[in-house]
Amino acid sequence: MQFSRKHLGIPYAVFLLVFVAAPLLFLCYYAFTNGQGQFTLRNLSGFFTDPNTLGTLFYSLLVAVVTTVVCLLLAYPVAYILAKSRLRSRSVILMLFIMPMWINFSLRVTALKEILTVIEGNLAMFPFLNAIIGMTYDFLPFMILPIYTTISRLDDALREAAMDLGADSVQTFLRITLPLSVPGIISGISMVFLPAMTNYVILDMLYNSTYIMGSLIGSYFSAYNWNGGSMISLVLLAMICIFTLLTGGGEEETGRGGALL
Amino acid sequence: MIVKILKRLFIILVLLFLYLPILILAVYSFTSSTQIGAIRGFSLKNYVTLVTTPELTGMIAGTISLAVAAALIATVLGTMGALGAFYSGRKMSSMITTLNQIPVINADVVTGFSICILLVVAFHISKDSYIPLLAGHVTLCAPFVFLSVMPRITQMDPSIYEAALDLGATPFRALIEVVIPQIVPGIISGFALAVTLSLDDYFIATYTKPATFDTISTYVVNATKGAQTTIKTALWALSTVIFVIVVLVVLISNIRALRSQGELRKEGRNV
Repeated sequence: MQFSRKHLGIPYAVFLLVFVAAPLLFLCYYAFTNGQGQFTLRNLSGFFTDPNTLGTLFYSLLVAVVTTVVCLLLAYPVAYILAKSRLRSRSVILMLFIMPMWINFSLRVTALKEILTVIEGNLAMFPFLNAIIGMTYDFLPFMILPIYTTISRLDDALREAAMDLGADSVQTFLRITLPLSVPGIISGISMVFLPAMTNYVILDMLYNSTYIMGSLIGSYFSAYNWNGGSMISLVLLAMICIFTLLTGGGEEETGRGGALL
Repeated sequence: MIVKILKRLFIILVLLFLYLPILILAVYSFTSSTQIGAIRGFSLKNYVTLVTTPELTGMIAGTISLAVAAALIATVLGTMGALGAFYSGRKMSSMITTLNQIPVINADVVTGFSICILLVVAFHISKDSYIPLLAGHVTLCAPFVFLSVMPRITQMDPSIYEAALDLGATPFRALIEVVIPQIVPGIISGFALAVTLSLDDYFIATYTKPATFDTISTYVVNATKGAQTTIKTALWALSTVIFVIVVLVVLISNIRALRSQGELRKEGRNV
């Protein structure tokens, strides 16, 4: 067979089929069977009738929404101030905000845990607050970067035109800058919202006994309950798909990929 | 003026939120205290423990070997995949691109669990073989290599490759000598990204690793749950070392970037 550039894609295509597509198919199989391999809908109906799992779903939605809002309220001003400043050092400051992405998260959360213990005493007393603090601490850089990128690419002429036409600075911000930075905001939200529903290890490390969706997979895994864990994974996967469709995500490879400038 | 001060203050406060824990931990890593807040004398005992405890050094070496191995495989696969997808027909190309997007948007918990289900539960491949762990990390990293190489390929001028063929090069030789050199920056940044993703991963490792093997993340997470031991405070030293390494890498790469910018400007002036 003669070499053609097309054939280069074959190993990766096979790899993706084996390690991305096949695992998802097996997830479906285990989600709709019981321990004996018989077809059942019990895992599915169990998820939607068990008050514990439903409670976890709503609790983790709440954690994710609050974390996302807090990250947004901190990240937007930071990104805006940096993007608009004429400081020579702004790329250095931006780097400072992004650098935590490269430090192992478990070590950073350990540091946060030690400090919070000094401030709060018993961490278990404030589970919700600590969940929000921990997740904001971990995910904030992922919100700042896409918003900064979007704002710094905005054409100044639009703002100047608004000002020339008599808008004050508040109006200009609300009607020009903010709407135009929505793509960055959406991309930031998609970087924070889903991890905040699934990254249960941050809660574990902060002595948090509250459960989010990811924790359910973790506990089914520890109990060797593959069928239950697969069903939770499928539910999460469905939510991720809906979320991605809503945000139109995936078209820009900012996010984790953007961490490397 | 006041607005300016408020702006600076806000930036500084957010930076403090991000860095104060790491910096306080760094200070305490040089003392003999076992608790933050208790003030004790200067000591290097944590650093000595870090480099002399086989459990810790083995864990660090294991994490780095895994990251390098996974990143190398991911870089080869991802680069070939990007080239193949770009030059293939629409069907093949869109299949690769779509499947490639799944691990990128999926939660790591789900990726890790699903690979464990396939390899360990369905096909009974022992976790002790390291195959599930390595496969999991390559699955995590390769899509990002693909994404960082792809823009380089699309920006390439196709006529250079055609010219190489016209001048008598075989397609393979033209690929190695003409195409690959042009996409090297994308390959390098993809590799670097793959290494950092693997180093930072917790979930995929937890679901696929052998019981006796630990990465930095899984080790630290387990350690925080136990009592305050000498090993636990040695992790403060590890955190400080990693922090310093990251700062140095950022500084060096930034200085280099600034320098090359300066050179470009100089060249521009000469022209």
